[in-house]
Formats: sequence, structure tokens, C-alpha cells
Amino acid sequence: MYELQYHPEICARCETFDCLTRCQYMDLDLESAREERRRLLDGEDSRVLRECATCYACEEYCPYGNHPFYLIVERQEQRQAWPVPVPLTKQQLRIMEPRGEIAPAKVTAPVVNLCAFSMLAGCIRGKLFEGASIISGRDIFCNVMWLHFAKSSVIRERLPRVIDNIVRCYLEPNGIDELICFHDECYGTYTQLAPAFGIEVPFKPVHLFEYLARRLVELKTEIRPIREKIAYQRPCSNRLIPETQHWVDEIFALIGVDRPQRQYDRENALCCATTIRIAQRENLADDVQKRNLDDMEAVGAKYCVFNCPACLLGLSEPVAERGMIPILMSELCQIALGG
Amino acid sequence: MRHAEILHRCFRCGYCKLPSRFQDLNCPPYLKFRFESYAPGGRMWLLRAWLEGEIETSPRLSEILFSCAACGSCVEHCVFPAFKADLLDTFIAGREELVERGAVPGAVGRYLRAVHSFGNPYGLPEQDRAKWAEGLDVERYSDQEYLLYVGCPGSYDERGQRMARALAGLLLRWGVDFGILGEEERCDGNEVRALGEAGLFEQLARENIERLEAAGVRKIVTLSPHGFHAIKNEYPRFGGSFETYHYPQLLASLVAKRELPRGNRPLRVAFHDPCYLGRHNRDYRTPRAVLAALPGLELLEMDRTMADALCCGGGGGNFFTDVLGGGAESPARVRVREAAACGAEVLAVACPKCARMFDDAIEAEALGEELRVMDIAEIVQERCA
Amino acid sequence: MEDTYQALVKIVGASYVSRDPEERFLYARDPGTMEPREPDFVVMPGSTEEVRQIVLLANERRIPVVPMGGGLVLSGLTRPLKGGMVLDMKRMNRILEVNETARSAIVEAGASQGMLQAYLRKHHPGLKHSIPDAPPIATIAGNVLIYGSGHLSAAGGFHSDMLNGMEVVLPTGEVAKIGSCAASPYWFSRAPLPDLAGLFIGWHGTTGIATKLAIKLYPDRPLNDVGIFVVEDPELVPGVIHRLSGVAVAEDIVAFMANAPEWLRGFLLVNVSYGAETREELRLKRDLLRESVRTYIDEKVGGFMPLPPAMKQRFLEAPQTTLALFADAREGGGFEYVGAIMPIELFAEAYRKGLEIAERHGIPCSAGARIIGLGHCMMFFYGYAFNRADPSDVALAQQALEDTNAAVLGIGGIPWKAEAPAQKQIIAKMDPNTFSLMKRLREALDPRGIMNPGNWEAER
Repeated sequence: MYELQYHPEICARCETFDCLTRCQYMDLDLESAREERRRLLDGEDSRVLRECATCYACEEYCPYGNHPFYLIVERQEQRQAWPVPVPLTKQQLRIMEPRGEIAPAKVTAPVVNLCAFSMLAGCIRGKLFEGASIISGRDIFCNVMWLHFAKSSVIRERLPRVIDNIVRCYLEPNGIDELICFHDECYGTYTQLAPAFGIEVPFKPVHLFEYLARRLVELKTEIRPIREKIAYQRPCSNRLIPETQHWVDEIFALIGVDRPQRQYDRENALCCATTIRIAQRENLADDVQKRNLDDMEAVGAKYCVFNCPACLLGLSEPVAERGMIPILMSELCQIALGG
Repeated sequence: MRHAEILHRCFRCGYCKLPSRFQDLNCPPYLKFRFESYAPGGRMWLLRAWLEGEIETSPRLSEILFSCAACGSCVEHCVFPAFKADLLDTFIAGREELVERGAVPGAVGRYLRAVHSFGNPYGLPEQDRAKWAEGLDVERYSDQEYLLYVGCPGSYDERGQRMARALAGLLLRWGVDFGILGEEERCDGNEVRALGEAGLFEQLARENIERLEAAGVRKIVTLSPHGFHAIKNEYPRFGGSFETYHYPQLLASLVAKRELPRGNRPLRVAFHDPCYLGRHNRDYRTPRAVLAALPGLELLEMDRTMADALCCGGGGGNFFTDVLGGGAESPARVRVREAAACGAEVLAVACPKCARMFDDAIEAEALGEELRVMDIAEIVQERCA
Repeated sequence: MEDTYQALVKIVGASYVSRDPEERFLYARDPGTMEPREPDFVVMPGSTEEVRQIVLLANERRIPVVPMGGGLVLSGLTRPLKGGMVLDMKRMNRILEVNETARSAIVEAGASQGMLQAYLRKHHPGLKHSIPDAPPIATIAGNVLIYGSGHLSAAGGFHSDMLNGMEVVLPTGEVAKIGSCAASPYWFSRAPLPDLAGLFIGWHGTTGIATKLAIKLYPDRPLNDVGIFVVEDPELVPGVIHRLSGVAVAEDIVAFMANAPEWLRGFLLVNVSYGAETREELRLKRDLLRESVRTYIDEKVGGFMPLPPAMKQRFLEAPQTTLALFADAREGGGFEYVGAIMPIELFAEAYRKGLEIAERHGIPCSAGARIIGLGHCMMFFYGYAFNRADPSDVALAQQALEDTNAAVLGIGGIPWKAEAPAQKQIIAKMDPNTFSLMKRLREALDPRGIMNPGNWEAER
């Protein structure tokens, strides 16, 4: 019912194939990129199906917004070129299965959507989140992670129900139409992925960083600048929503941290490699993490700032071993507010 | 019987016999007697067999039940989250059943009768309760900030009295506003409760609560962690609610505000966590905070520490009933050997029962040249002299 | 009886003998399903000499003797089937010597797994022993002598393979040294003397009482990691095990199914743990293991699970407490399992049998296999929890265990530490000359038939 909304003719006319030539994990010159993109468009076998690291970056690189990554995922699924071994995918699908136990509940604005990550509820505290309600659970899991597993069919199947759950149980009964998405995954899902598949989102997602930036301005007099160097681990799903990047710099300016320029940051950010490991590509994951951490260490970062539970899972231990403190963005803001 | 429904769930896996790193036996009666029947798991199975009529009431069964030192190590180390919290209370419930049937070891019966008749287990006159305070300017309680609750060993046992004098002297020196009940004080009842005489405990508790409330007591500082536990955790169900501290907790807040004298010779001290402050009330920090604040004092840790501490064997009434008895494998002797092995010169305690048990054990082990027992107040007094 | 009691008191002291109903009740039972069998006495010797004197007395008066370690064998092997005395060996729990260069330790027979682990961690941190997943109070001797296995079995085989020597008290009272210690001050090996250790391993205490053991120790490496390879198809498991074990870097390989959490149901998980001195070595071993199963990864039919650090730590825990926790699965403190030694190629069949039996009886089963050596064989376990307060539940578990023993024998496996009824099933399948040899050896060693009678005996 929901189809990927892309325009093959745009790709056919493309002259730069940024989606593949700029890929950080595959080495493709222009001609190879052209050929592989053609194969993808025509539904033929392509090395891209096997070598893609599922980092989402080409969604950002494509100047036309023509969803090159989503097409790769579609083809992977159609051709059963699974990036992850089937048993592991099945396990993850089961772990994140909706429970079907959701019911209308009272919430008041601002409503913070923690997606499936209720364990982060402790983050929603203090003046930074004063008066906030939290919603979370597997029945409102955004499902974007299936892009790493070549299962966009699962997204198409589960996402509309998730949106319905959110609206029916939390937004409509309480007269609320705005939802603060704690993670880039959710914000990316509701603002970029859902439209790409023609799935309607009848509420206004607000990125956590926009909320934090606004709130920090309101609490400006209470901020004690942190005055430390940080490295920012940009999550893959932020590639779907690059327009939110500026909030990161605004928050850092407000809380007084310094984000030194580094090689693997912003458009050049490296994947945390958690899903590369799940895809059994340990050597690539080691290499990616080493380069990323070397880079952070080289700029003297004291904190490595995250906004993604998967990045935190895969990188927090290696970050800590390098003597840096892994921390969520909202927690760093709490420190600046003395909390 | 209370908790009868969990008896059959014990797997007798034996985790209850050991501390968290398994280095040595940690259940005092099992350490002493070594039969499976004296281990917590054995006790669970025997209780069930007894309730179901498969074994009969006997002196051996009573000894098995009354050998438990109520130290809580089994509660700490049992791996079954569904019922581990109730283990100790199950054994107390078993004791209650035996008490009802009058099937208690002789020493237990004598203890209970003494408390019932004399208000203390020593069978000594109540008017002698405050003799320990003679020569000190300790006042009777009359609306001071704290009531110092001394307890029975502190009042009557020579070693306990020394502790009481040290603590009272320190509190006087530091200008703490406190008083004692003196001859009015009665047994806190903790051991009575642990020995299964629920009725007598309730009576003691209610009488004590009435006495304390009539005197207008709000804050209590105890000499004995047994008293601390009873007043803090058990008295509320009889309507008695007081702000209760065990004395190291008060001392911790006092040392934090004081400039303590320097230039002391170094002293190596290992702290033994008393069961009723440590495992039962989860405070491993404040006694160490007091000791760490004393200049020149090197705080060592024994191999088994905090939640893994090996009980001195004095709890569960054993201090008076001596069901565990002596011998080279008695817990107190094992513990002082452990203290000496870690290089400590002083084995620091925060309980008058521990103090006496370890004093005797050091003598039995002929460790008197290397090791001495001091309670926290005595150490502070000495280091601040 | 009275004079026997007095004689025992004279040997070990009154504190360490009991004929009281409480001890007789408890020592008649273990936490498994077998029916109670009461001893007349429970005796706790404190030295080899005391054991010797007890055995002499038992021999003289023809009183059965049953040696007991932790009493956690679960198949009732420490219940005295014909009365007599149970020897609780746990007073003899000293760690006598650790030789770092030779990587070996000598312990008394009652020394527990947990205490040795703690001792080595404190005094010899570069060394560890292969610890089974039994609760830590289980004895080293008890486990070695029944062919136990544990966290180093992929590297070193059965725990009995790690035995370097023993001191035993024979049923006739002589104290004998087994292994190099018989002719040398060093307990370095069972070689090169005739291997008499086999007279005491797997015999369920029917040929003598071990009082000291020397066991091999292994490097305790500073860095440790675990990978869990997941497949859906049990037919793939032998191949996975064969390849992983063939790399020869694993310390422990366990293939298992899990009933909880729900998302693990229906998968087979092969847990492989290994250690290293450096990160490079750890990565190398990880890569070698992964490459060994590359074919399954490339075909997308198997892969290593993502494991958060906290979950890894749980899987690296030794011993695993989950085994004991399974005993409360029916809220009844009961757990027993059939451990069947069999070749790894039987994995799928053994697994299917387990599911079949569990379904037939309507009870949950926990099944899996610990790999011995380089996949030379496996100890396939079928665990059944039961509620000991419910006789019908106990009966159900007993029936499931019986069916499992039969099924295992049917496919060519042999139950390990088999309970008395299963022993008879094994004997029925055994080569008659083999069993005849066993009988002759037993008669030679124990002419008065005092050692744990009722075990390793054919149906009359």
C-alpha cells in the first residue's frame, strides 16, 4: 500500500552520483557509481547491496532528495541480499514487536517521546524538562532501525499503526498536536521517512535539540558554562534530517562547550559501527571506530556527546576506555544547569 | 508458620554458605558445626519436614534452629530473588513455633526468663543500669536533643561498659546535647525478637515506646546496632517512631565539622561491619567515614568486608545463649585471624557484642601482641587525646 | 549400632558424627527427584587418617560407606542406597599447594570450587581452574570424579582429563597414591605410570574415597570476551561447533536453547568464550572464530549476536548462577538434569528428543551442550525444573528424566553421573565383558562390598 516515492528519472539524469561517490565505506569512482546506481534502479544485482554499511548518509548527500538509501534497502529486501544474518534479524524483530497493550493516557505538553527507550526516562527531569510528560514503549517504537536490516516492509507495516497509537492514545485525547522527539530516529521517521513512503503524520514533531535550545535560552541566567572540549557523535538518522544540525551548534554555544573541528564530524561523520558489527563486519567496525575515536582524542575532547541509544551501546565503552566521558546531549545540558 | 510457603523452594544450592567471592564459609553455624543441617538450606528443609511431621521436635532440632546468628549473610547471598529477603524471618518464625511449644535450648529459656523477670538478660538489678556512667557528667534524659540508648551489654557487660564510657565521654567532650534513661532504660528486645519470643518482644517494645514518648524523646542514638535495628525498623509497627541513629552515624557528622589533631603515629585499622548496621541496614559508609577522617589512621579492609563480613557469632541471641560455642572454627576466632592476616593492629568495631566476642577470640588465638579490639568511639578518643 | 557410633566418635570426635534424625533426614536426600534413602550415620572426617580409620571400621563391620562432596550431583549418587554411613568430605577443604610454573594445584577432596577460584584470584591471579556451572560449594573432587566439565572444557576436556594425581583411601583401608606422586615428590601427571586414576573416575564412589587431588590450572588472561553465534536450524549446530572448536582458541563452548526471554525461543545459541593478553590478541581470536564460521555468515543463516557490555559480563560469569535459578522455574526448588555424553553430530537429534519429551510431559525443558575439547564430544544436558512440594510435579519430572535417559541411550549417548535406575539401563546396553571387568575390579578393590553399594549393579 505504501510505496517508496522516488523518481528514477532524476537518478538517470544525475551527473555526480554523490550518493555513491561520496560513500565513506565503498570506494567507487564516477563510472562505477553510475553503473551501480543503474543496476539498483533496474533491480539487478549490485555490489552495493552487499557492501552498503547502512549509514544513511547518502540520503543527505543526494542533492535531489531522491532517497538513494531507501532504494538500496528496497532492493536488498527484494533480492534477499540481507545485510544481517536472518536469525539475528528475526530476534530483533521479536524484541521490538509491538505489544498491543497501549491505551489512552493523560499527558500534558510538552510531551517527550522516548520511543521504545523507557530506560531513559530518568533523563526527563529538572528545570530543563519542567512539566514534561513522557510517552514510551514498544507500541510507539518508530521502527526506523529496520533500514539496517533491509526490512522496509516491516516499517511500512508497523509505522502507520504506531502513528495511529500516538495520535489516538496520547495526542487527540489531550488536545495536543506537538511531540518532542528525544531521538533523531523518531524525528527523522516522522518528518522524512514517513513522507518518503507516503505515510501521513498528523502531528508536529519537534526535534529534541530545538526544544533544548529554546529551553536553554529561557534558562540562560542559570547556565554555568561547561568550558570543555567535546566531540559530537552524529547519529546515522540525523542524515535524514540535516536541517536540524544547526541546533547542535546553538546548544553547544549556549552551554559553553567547544566543538573543535575534526575530520570525522558533520557531513563527514562516521557511523558508530554498532550495526556494522551486527552485520558481522567486525574488521570494518573496528577500523571505523578507531578512526572516529582517534579523531576525537586528537582534538582533546573531554566528552563524547551522543543522541542515540545504539551509538551509546556501541561506543560508550570504547569512548570511556580512551578517557573521554560518554554522555547524552540532554545530560550535558543538565550539567550546565547544575543538575 | 510465617513463610511456610517458601520452605520447599530452597534448592540447597549452598550459595547461602558463602560470601560473594566464595573465599570461605560465611554462615556462622555452618562454619562451626559443618553438618548440612546447620546451613540455611538445611534449616529450610528441616523446618518443612518438621511442619509436615516427617521429623519430630527434638533438642537437636532446637539447637539447629537456635544456632542461627541472624547475621543475614544468607539473605545477602541467596541467588533466588523471589524469596531470599524472607530467609532470616523464616528462621525466626521457626523459632517462634518452637518457643510456643516450649522446645527451646536451656540457655535460650534462661535468657528469655531473665529478660522477662529482670528487664535484662543478666538477671542484674535495673538500678545498676547506669553504673557505667559513674564519674562522668552524664545527665539523665530531660528534653536534650538526643537520648543515648545504651542497651544491656553496654550497661552490664564490662567490655560494653567501656564502650559506653568512651562514647559518652566523647559526646560530652564535643558538646553534644544528650541524656540517658539510666535506671529507667530497659532491654530493647532485638534479641528477644530474633529468638522467636514475639509476645515478649511486643511487650518490651510497647513499654519502651511508652517510656520514650512519655519522656518526650525524639532523637535516639544507640550504642548497640541491635538496639538501633529494633528501634528504627521494628518499633514503628507498634506505633513508636523516633529519629534513630547508630552512634557512628552521629560521629560521622561531628567529625566532618571538626579540626582533628595531627601528628599521631600511624595506625593500621580494619573495620568489622556489625551485621545490624551493615547487612541489615545497609550502612557500610559512615563508620569508615569516621575512621578515614582521623589523621594518621590507615584504613585496611579484611578479605571479607561490608556485605560479605563474617559475623562475630554474637547475634541471634548467641552472645548470651552461646549455642555456637567456642573452638578454632568459631566465627569470632576465624574473623580475628582474618583481621591479623590483613595487617591490622586494631580491629575496629561498632557493637558491644562484637567487641566482647573479638576480645575473647584474640585471647583464644594468642594474638594479643598483634591485634587489639577498639570500638569507634575509643579510637576517636585515643586519636583525639 | 551404639558401639559403631562410639567407634566413630573415637575417630572423628563427637562433634563430627551424627545419628540424629535431622542429619539422617537431610543426607538421605539431594535436591533432585530421587527417593530418600537414610544413612545410619553421617560422619565428617577431617583428615586422610580419619578416613582410613573409618573405612577400616566399616570394612570390619561391613557397613556401607558413601563419600559425599557438595551433595549437588542431583542424581542421588550420595544417598546411601543400603544404609550405612555418609562421609561428608567438606571439612577436608584445604588448598594444599599451587605450583605456578607447572600450572597445577593440589587440594583436599572437600575443597570447593568457589574457594579455589577465590584463592587463585587472590594469591595466583594469573591462574584459574576449570569451574563447572554448579553452585560454588560443589567440591572439586566430586566434579572431577564424575567427569564434570566447565568453563575451560573446550581447552582442556573433561575435568577428569585435568586430573594430575590423587591420594585415595581404598575400600580395604590402604592409602594409595595415584599418578606421578606415587613415585615422585611432584604431582605433575598421571603419566608415565599405569593409569590407576581410571579406577576411581566415573565409579560413583564404589571403588574408594579420594582424599587429595592434583588438578591442572590454566592461564587466567586479563582480557576476556564472549560471542554468541545464533542459528535457527539445529542441523547446523554440529558444523558450527566443529568449526569454532577447530580454531582451538576457545576456553568454553556451550550450545543452548533458551525459553526466556521470549525473543530467544526457537533459536540455538552457541556461546564461545576466550581470553587474551592483549587487545590485538583478543581481536585476532575473535576474527579467527568468526572466519571459521564464515560460510554460515555469508549464507546469512547464522551470525554473532550483538551483546551489550552488561550482557557480556553475565555470560562471562563463572560459575553461572542461571543454572541454580532454573530450580525456581516451577516455584518449587527442584531441578535435575540428564547430562548425556555423546558425539556432537547427534546435536539436532538430541535437541529434538528434548523438545519432544518436554512437550509430551507438558513441562519446560532447558537443553544445551557443553563442548568437550575440540568438539571431541559434548555433554548434552536436559534440565527439568519441578515443584518438590507437589508430588505429581515431581513424578512428572522423574518420568521426563527416565524417558530422557532412555532416549539418550537410544541414540548412542550415555547419561553422565546417572542415577541408580539409569545405571541399570546403561549396564543393560553395555558390552558384557566390559561390565564383567567392572565387577571383577570392584570385587578386587572392595571384597566386602562396602563402597556405595547399589550403584553400578545390574538388575537382579
